[in-house]
Amino acid sequence: MTTTLPAYDEVVARYEPVIGLETHVELGTNTKMFCGCPTDFGGEPNTRVCPVCLGLPGSLPVANKAAIEATIRIGLALNCSIAEWCRFARKNYFYPDMPKNFQISQYDEPLCVDGYLDVEVNGELVRIGIERVHLEEDTGKTLHVGGATGRIHGATESLVDYNRAGIPLVEIVTKPVPGTGALAPEVAKAYVAELRDVIRSLGVSDVRMEEGSLRCDVNTSLNLPGEEWGTRTETKNVNSLRSVERAVRSEILRQASVLDAGGRIFQETRHFQEDTGDTRPGRSKETATDYRYFPEPDLVPLAPDAVWVAELKAALPELPRLHRRRLQEQWGLSELDMQSVLNAGAVELIEQTIAAGATPAAARKWWLGELSRRANETGAELSDVGATPEQVAELQGLVDAGKLNDKLARTVLEGVVAGEGSPTEVMANRNLEVVSDTGALTAAVDEAIAANPGIADKIRSGKVAAAGALVGAVMKTTRGQADAKTVRELILERLSAQG
Amino acid sequence: MSDLTRMTATEIAGLVAGGETSAVEVTRAHLDRIAAVDDRVHAFLHVDSAGALAAARQVDDRRAAGEQLGPLAGVPVAVKDVLATKGVPTTVGSKILQGWRPPYDATIVQRLRAAGTVMLGKTNMDEFAMGSSTEYSAYGVTHNPWDLDRIPGGSGGGSAAALAAYEAPLAIGSDTGGSIRQPGAVTGTVGAKPTYGGTSRYGLVAFSSSLDTPGPCARTVLDAALLHEVIGGHDPRDSTSIPQPVPDVVAAAKLGATGDLTGVKLGIVSEFTGEGAEPGVLAAFRESVDALTKLGAEIVEVSCPNFKYALPAYYLIAPSECSSNLARFDGVRFGLRVGDDGNRSLEEVMSLTREAGFGPEVKRRIMIGTYALSSGYYDAYYGQAQKVRTLITRDFTAAFEQVDALISPTTPFVAFPIGARTSDPYQMYLADLFTIPTNLYGGPGISVPCGLSDGLPVGLQIMAPTMADDRMYRVAAALESVVGTFTPPAL
Repeated sequence: MTTTLPAYDEVVARYEPVIGLETHVELGTNTKMFCGCPTDFGGEPNTRVCPVCLGLPGSLPVANKAAIEATIRIGLALNCSIAEWCRFARKNYFYPDMPKNFQISQYDEPLCVDGYLDVEVNGELVRIGIERVHLEEDTGKTLHVGGATGRIHGATESLVDYNRAGIPLVEIVTKPVPGTGALAPEVAKAYVAELRDVIRSLGVSDVRMEEGSLRCDVNTSLNLPGEEWGTRTETKNVNSLRSVERAVRSEILRQASVLDAGGRIFQETRHFQEDTGDTRPGRSKETATDYRYFPEPDLVPLAPDAVWVAELKAALPELPRLHRRRLQEQWGLSELDMQSVLNAGAVELIEQTIAAGATPAAARKWWLGELSRRANETGAELSDVGATPEQVAELQGLVDAGKLNDKLARTVLEGVVAGEGSPTEVMANRNLEVVSDTGALTAAVDEAIAANPGIADKIRSGKVAAAGALVGAVMKTTRGQADAKTVRELILERLSAQG
Repeated sequence: MSDLTRMTATEIAGLVAGGETSAVEVTRAHLDRIAAVDDRVHAFLHVDSAGALAAARQVDDRRAAGEQLGPLAGVPVAVKDVLATKGVPTTVGSKILQGWRPPYDATIVQRLRAAGTVMLGKTNMDEFAMGSSTEYSAYGVTHNPWDLDRIPGGSGGGSAAALAAYEAPLAIGSDTGGSIRQPGAVTGTVGAKPTYGGTSRYGLVAFSSSLDTPGPCARTVLDAALLHEVIGGHDPRDSTSIPQPVPDVVAAAKLGATGDLTGVKLGIVSEFTGEGAEPGVLAAFRESVDALTKLGAEIVEVSCPNFKYALPAYYLIAPSECSSNLARFDGVRFGLRVGDDGNRSLEEVMSLTREAGFGPEVKRRIMIGTYALSSGYYDAYYGQAQKVRTLITRDFTAAFEQVDALISPTTPFVAFPIGARTSDPYQMYLADLFTIPTNLYGGPGISVPCGLSDGLPVGLQIMAPTMADDRMYRVAAALESVVGTFTPPAL
């Protein structure tokens, strides 16, 4: 498209966006949804399969109780009502990664309905309505070989791996979210982040977007103020929190440019492009898919016992938002400081670092400073940056004990991140410990004074600030392994003694 | 020793247990019989001689080692080709599964093996169990041993014909709309459809999940009960399987064989004794009713007004479920694959595979079912049919408040000539007119031979409440004690 996109601020001043999110979460159960196959990530293709998850003729599904329990807990954490009676349904469509050419899902009788999740955006609470939470089975994975696009069209060969087929998948669908205006992209991102934290706090999934255990589809539409909601598009392939935000923003801009040009928006599936940050049309829906849903006759209805549901509800952990509020107080952080911790995705890391012995201030300093910088550089999640909370606490311990100064500590951290071992090991192996031997230091100081007589004179004449230059020289000869404060004191002491 | 193939399963098991014959000898006799007659009957799609003899040897070894064996140890059994048998071809009577050897055994097959029965092979059937004559098998029709020019019923015509031709003393069938009972009726054998959920469907290639019920076929009621006991009971791999013990069908069959039905109240389904059934069938049925009365049963007429909607409701529910169940046959993972020449798209290959692999009746039902489940039509067809199902269940429930069991002819007509009903699907569907209500309700039903009409067998159907399978065995055994068993002319 050659039309230039209008400016975002200008667009959201004229149009009102309505967003909606469909999130799929792979549950971390030991076995698949309807058979006993293991669910571990990875594995040689088609090794974690059996007649049931391959859909062999005659095989039958048996529902995984742990998956049902996890879904109910998610529903409860999202303030949903839990159905007293519900059924699985078959969603019929042909695709090679669907072993049975239907997916066992839920249709008009989901397990959990009508809840909400409160998320914080710029310190404001936004309530996102939850339409439903239901349970279904994942599909296999198709790899199209030989085509230019990696899509099925034009491919010479298609390979299917059914290891993922049948892994329990929870679908969480929001109600449409109007009224967020210019903040729509941030709200979408905050929702997914909050949902991720809630699910992680329940311990039912590792919710890793990069591994696909949390997948998100973003619905977006635009309307003029006072008019009906517009036609929505569904954007798939949104694989990170940042992409959620970008996808909403770019779809708002794209739709505005289409509408401004007098065009209309088609209900379609679009794909988010990581590289360009825009969305492109996906599968054409010229022929509307009719999934011919009907109740799954191979499974009996689910009727969760009310007492059991009440027990699950009573045993829910503290919600992440409230947990964070408590931490903020404990750590003595301002709203703004807490926000930066949140934005960096560092809450748990800092919590664990404190648990390992560091002070809140020190823990925050490392994770938000040096480690965040590295994560940004490498594009990794902060939790995957290469240092553990225990290591960070150990590092700070070395600083507190005077064995490392700030600069040395950063060098040690570099070694830790590079996989050279624990901070103590890196310090020893790289010989980075602060030189605390006063004899050696005094020699270095005297050497520096002798080499810079002009500066020494200045200091003697009372220009104490000039000592900085001599400190630098000493630090250079000790390769930074001296404590700058000690060096400075030593210089002044030597000069006054000589003086 | 007299001909082992003419004996009942009970007799064979007794001889094997007593050491008077061996399982191998019994198996050989039946394999010989199959070799002698099956080119004319065509009851079997696959005879597993090596597997059968190996299984028989194992039974003999176990007996020699002093092991306590089950009541059917050493008895041969023929298995309808709808059940997955590990390493043994399983086709469901369809080209689309030609050459498929399942990597696993159906639960029922496992139980048969564990009980020491000897699987002779896989029997012919209408493709995917859709039909009432085996004429829709992709591998040729099975001939009725009573008259080789006539159909043996269907879909389980192979299992029924194998019994009537003395190729096997026991067989397994599956009953979705009458596929055990109707073949039993037209071949003069016993066929029982257990309570839905009373026998495991795991490994039964699905036609209509909410109706399919595997069950026993035999030449006597007691044999059927013994087989029922072996294959029945809860299976954790089938969610719809009932977690309760099998009703004591063997004791009920033995009780019935004493010929005393005092205190038993039977209801004749009045809707099934009017027009629609052949006069000869009705005559044999009425004679049997008289016999049951003489045995002490109280007989009343019961009206089940919604039964007349059973056939149309069935022909929406079963095709709807089949349209989904049969979607997996696409050439990707197993069975036939057509047109995969490296140039055609996946969709084309799937399409060509299904075009070539499915026969006309299967395609008809897939299309009907696909239509009935379509958005905009669902409520009018599938939804409405489910409501009818509820009404039919209410008819049964109301009837069982008045009587212990219901009786009717099993099927409106005796074995018809091959080719007589293939040009009009509806004429074929009528064969299951009396058996379908039971499937929609989920209760048990049995067909027991009750007489002849122009030299061809007629069956009487007994329908009982869910999980009261024992009741029908008692009545069936009582009737059998009076009318006896029926032997077809020599082949």
